[in-house]
Amino acid sequence: MSYPDNFKYTREHEWVLADGSEGSIGITEHAQHELGDIVYVDLPKIGTKLEKGHSLGSVESVKAVSDIYAPLSGEVLAVNELLSQHPEKLNEDPHGAAWLLRVKLTQPSELNELMTAADYEEYLAAE
Amino acid sequence: MRYLPKSDSERAEMLAAIGLRSEEDLVSYLPAEVRFDRALAIDDGKSEYEIVDYFKRRAEENAIGCASFLGAGVYNHYRPVLVDTVVSRGEFLTSYTPYQAEIAQGTLTSIFEFQTMVCQLTGMDVANASMYDGSSAVPEAAMMAVRITKRDRVLVARSVHPEYREVLQTYTKHQGIPLEEIGYAKNGLLDLDDLRTKLDDRVAAVIVQSPSFFGILEQIEEIAELVSAKGAVLVVVFTEAVALGLIEPPKQADIVVGELQSFATPPSYGGPYAGIIASKEKYIRQLPGRLVGETLDADGHRAFCLTLATREQHIRREKATSNICTNQALLALMATVFMTVYGKAGLRELAQQNLSKAHYLASKLNLPFEAPFFNEFVARTNGTSPDGINSKLAERKIIGGLPLARFYPELKDCMLLCATEMNKREDMDEVAAAFAGH
Amino acid sequence: MIKKVSKHIVQNEPLLFELSSPGKIGYQLPALDVPEVDAVQALGGRVREEIKDFPEVSEIEALRHFTRLSTWNYAIDLGLYPLGSCTMKYNPRINEVVARTEGLAWAHPYQPDELSQGCMEVIAALERALAEITGLDAVTLQPAAGAHGEFTGVLMIRALLESRGNPRKTILVPDSAHGTNPATAMMVGYTVKNIKSNDRGVVDVAALERHVTDDVAGLMITNPNTVGVFEEDIKKITAILHGKGALVYMDGANMNALVGVARPGDLGVDVMHLNLHKTFSTPHGGGGPGSGAVAVASVLTPFLPGPRLQSRDGKWSWNYDLPKSIGRVRAFYGNFGVLVRALAYIMAHGGKGLRQATLDALLNANYIRTLLEPYYELAFKAPSMHECVFSDDRQAKKGVRTGDIAKRLIDYGFHPYTVSFPLIVRGALMIEPTETESKRELDLFIDAMISIAKEVEDDPELVLTAPHSTRTRRVDEVSAARRPVVRWKPKPDSTEQRDAVNDIVHAGVH
Repeated sequence: MSYPDNFKYTREHEWVLADGSEGSIGITEHAQHELGDIVYVDLPKIGTKLEKGHSLGSVESVKAVSDIYAPLSGEVLAVNELLSQHPEKLNEDPHGAAWLLRVKLTQPSELNELMTAADYEEYLAAE
Repeated sequence: MRYLPKSDSERAEMLAAIGLRSEEDLVSYLPAEVRFDRALAIDDGKSEYEIVDYFKRRAEENAIGCASFLGAGVYNHYRPVLVDTVVSRGEFLTSYTPYQAEIAQGTLTSIFEFQTMVCQLTGMDVANASMYDGSSAVPEAAMMAVRITKRDRVLVARSVHPEYREVLQTYTKHQGIPLEEIGYAKNGLLDLDDLRTKLDDRVAAVIVQSPSFFGILEQIEEIAELVSAKGAVLVVVFTEAVALGLIEPPKQADIVVGELQSFATPPSYGGPYAGIIASKEKYIRQLPGRLVGETLDADGHRAFCLTLATREQHIRREKATSNICTNQALLALMATVFMTVYGKAGLRELAQQNLSKAHYLASKLNLPFEAPFFNEFVARTNGTSPDGINSKLAERKIIGGLPLARFYPELKDCMLLCATEMNKREDMDEVAAAFAGH
Repeated sequence: MIKKVSKHIVQNEPLLFELSSPGKIGYQLPALDVPEVDAVQALGGRVREEIKDFPEVSEIEALRHFTRLSTWNYAIDLGLYPLGSCTMKYNPRINEVVARTEGLAWAHPYQPDELSQGCMEVIAALERALAEITGLDAVTLQPAAGAHGEFTGVLMIRALLESRGNPRKTILVPDSAHGTNPATAMMVGYTVKNIKSNDRGVVDVAALERHVTDDVAGLMITNPNTVGVFEEDIKKITAILHGKGALVYMDGANMNALVGVARPGDLGVDVMHLNLHKTFSTPHGGGGPGSGAVAVASVLTPFLPGPRLQSRDGKWSWNYDLPKSIGRVRAFYGNFGVLVRALAYIMAHGGKGLRQATLDALLNANYIRTLLEPYYELAFKAPSMHECVFSDDRQAKKGVRTGDIAKRLIDYGFHPYTVSFPLIVRGALMIEPTETESKRELDLFIDAMISIAKEVEDDPELVLTAPHSTRTRRVDEVSAARRPVVRWKPKPDSTEQRDAVNDIVHAGVH
């Protein structure tokens, strides 16, 4: 599995795709694989303020719950409705159709603190 | 010891296999300072006969062969014979929580049926596999409402069972949930004005009981309108499940909790019983306790399993919806068998009989409250104290009602009386006579 | 070779709602001896319509329904049930008989004290016996289950510390603890700090000492711990906590290893719960009822939940005047019916019999441990008490995990052990046989485990796809959780519904 070059990554296995002052957030292929069959995704409401590094929600498999941490600060603009009915999409297409949130970036400079695809793959190899 | 299935020679063989000489070697490695070095001061083992005899003698020190008019959360209903036949089967009695679905389909299927019947009875969409009892289900509902609304205040009606309110107090004390009571009106119903005054946008839950502790049917629809207008969660409690055979289900509630003791669990001096918690579908992930869900097995056949386990403490640990582990599977099974035996027609007829009996007794007494009641009601004594009337009845092998002074000082001249299908007309006439001073 | 079981015919059965047909009844009430009341009038119009889709079946159909369902369950009555930390021992039938004694089973909790003396004496007798067994000063029988007992115990710790002026902030919990411990601490307003176990699977005393600050309210410890090892430093541990004014809570889930051998009260434990449905043989009933009796040292007795029994002139009564009590944790006095069974169990054994039961439980666990050690990786080498814990390290190399071995055990006619717990052992197999297993049953189990270990080497696929002989095969827990269906609903079309019933009735003969 290759990790898209235009994404930025966190040590907690989230990704961000920035697009000017807005961005999309998701979890990585590695994260979905580690979690196994995902059965539920708990996401914040539109308008929620995200604080970098704080839990923004959680993903559940049959026997585990994992927090999702905000990769950067922002405000939620949209939530992927697909996931409430079809959580399995997160296993199938975590970098595409199963994005989690659209956010307005309130601290765009935080992007520079995240890993590039190459850094992330190196990080995974070391982990 | 007759429960230990080993002969001394087998013990010796097993000890040899693990390289020990005596069973004492299994504990002798423990430091002397931690070992208990004397015999337990408990009498030597008793035979079956002696054990039966001991409990028979204890039972004789209790009330035996009395008619009873006590209700107040624990009701005297007939238990169909099939109930004990089913729950005495070792496959139900001596199995564990159904974690291994392949060899626990009996328990899982019966719980799925239980959850379904609880929904049908209460008018809710989803119900869990049962709670410890009605009283501990109340704080669980309050905590659920706090999670749902992300608010903190809880209002509870004074006409909710007083011991349930005490339990609620214990649970909420250290969780930052302020608790306030709503009074009852002159007619015994919830005081809607008091509710209006206290209901603000910090309130997470409003908890009312119907039939209430006084046996009275609350106006759930009106209450629900007020509560939902403020964005709070309405929790409706019941203690007398038989009422649900006849009265309108509290379908306007968000959460319903209650006690199923009436459905085939003997009073047993206060427990074990089974509580229920049921709610609207959208709150399913906030429900505490165990849930059974339908699925398929590897061959594509219908099967059941425990589901949504991620809400529970062994996975979520300190973030769990509750620390509750056990449900009351065997008592839920008793209730399931009870509901099956009575069925659609029987539950209604049973409730109708309870209504008729209680109203017959009530017609001969002085009632301080005028609101409609089901099978229990508050009666005012005329001159004689409630204890005085009860002493008089005790001489006639009748246990009277519950004097209310302990819970409601303002009702110190009143008692709570309950009549079920088990009460005979002549005993009710005796109660009426005692009230009349005869 | 599978020795314990053979295949036999199992009955199929639809759900009650599918079995039901209009007009059938299974009950008859006595004729009403008072005038029938008009419900609509009496209830102010608040009368429901008929309960839609509620069962309508005859008595024989009801009996067969539940009997058929029962045959789909495994149970202690059918054989060894080696769930670690669950203490699935024989449930003596005399306990069921005495719990149904009329004057006890039909005693109303509000009948006057003078008409409840027998019930009260049963409660008092059990409190005395449990105080003697735990070496503690007083016992409450009010909590309904183990987790409920924990909650009660931690509330008392908080109440005591508050009375000393500071409730403090943190509860320490070893990483090997039961999952309920952290959830409980939270409900009492404490934050939880985890303490790591050392390489012997027990609490690291030096590490613990560093964590015990003035903010620590108490430690929740399980002894023997969840890997079945006795915390030999328990006296040092309790002294460290007491030295800082903190208290020690012991989770008594594993008390079956200690009865008559060691007493928590003598070791410095301040408060503990007992699972009467484990150590004291009351039936699990497919998940309850239980009872979580809580025993306390004298320093905590003023804080016990009320009411408390008191004796005056040889008569029992309930005392509600308890100014320091934490209050009630449930209505009435506890799961009395469970208490009757537990007392009957203690009476049947007597003091000597209880100790013998403990020794036999230890013997059985160590017998299994020794005979399986050549085939499975023992998690910790420290001596085992009543249970032993292996890991699936060797089998995992073949792609077979503890959960798979567990499912294969079902084909051999046994209930699985506890899977994947405790969390500190990767791929744990946690085995607790209890004392009520014969050598013959244990040998069958050991043979089965050895046979499965060989299957893992020769034919891992056979294990990975187990069970093969059950009525229900591995179930799809993922779909169940993704789209939860937690109640039956009628199919929109009635012919479709009949077909569905027929499918179910004809399916499943493997």
